[in-house]
Amino acid sequence: MKIFLLIVFGFLSGILGGMGMGGGTILIPMLTVFAHFNQHTSQGINLVVFIPMAIISIIIHIKNKLIDFKVALPIIAVGLVSSILSAMLANKIQGENLRLYFSIFLIALGLFQLISVIVKIVKDKKVRKK
Amino acid sequence: MKTKIRLKNIIFWIVAGLSVGFLNGFFGGGGGMVVVPILICLFKLEEKKAHATALTVILPLCIASSVIYLMNNSLDVYQCLEVGIGFLVGGILGAFLLNKLNNNVLGIIFSILLIGAGIGMIIL
Repeated sequence: MKIFLLIVFGFLSGILGGMGMGGGTILIPMLTVFAHFNQHTSQGINLVVFIPMAIISIIIHIKNKLIDFKVALPIIAVGLVSSILSAMLANKIQGENLRLYFSIFLIALGLFQLISVIVKIVKDKKVRKK
Repeated sequence: MKTKIRLKNIIFWIVAGLSVGFLNGFFGGGGGMVVVPILICLFKLEEKKAHATALTVILPLCIASSVIYLMNNSLDVYQCLEVGIGFLVGGILGAFLLNKLNNNVLGIIFSILLIGAGIGMIIL
């Protein structure tokens, strides 16, 4: 039963990920709430399952010349240091606390996304009127 | 003028790198949702390029963070495989669905889903 559940959760978040909408942000709460994984495990699984899909997508994007490496490489250099330190910090924090921080992050992200979509809709309407 | 642009770019790179790295490492995800708007607004990339470039930025960070998580937590290989297979199949379907559905409606549904999931994680 749990196997089925995990595949379905992966599938649902994969659809969102494939559409470029942040599949991981929705996979983590599904794993913690419904599969009762602890926060660290859910976050770890999310990181791991993202890797194969990212590799395939990137190969396709390279063929279509859609990647701006000049912009990407310096961000990666800074990001690597930042991500390693942040991951070490996350693993020092208790699971329950990490779960609370993550929930607040999700709510903030959702609000940010909601506002930006509304702004976009308003802009589109203005352009159409002109 | 040239040096001014360069300095500006260096600041943008540091801001983008620090924020996406923090989200990726600390929360194990969500970096993409922040780096895409950064690439569009600060680096003036068009939307498709921003998504592709964001993936390229996140992949190495994901690998680095994964190693740290694996060192500190025992992840079950089979569980990773099960979620991973679903994720891969869903991802391919999602890529095909892209541009076929109304992005604005989807964006609103997704943002409400995120807020709901956040509240759910606090309550449940």
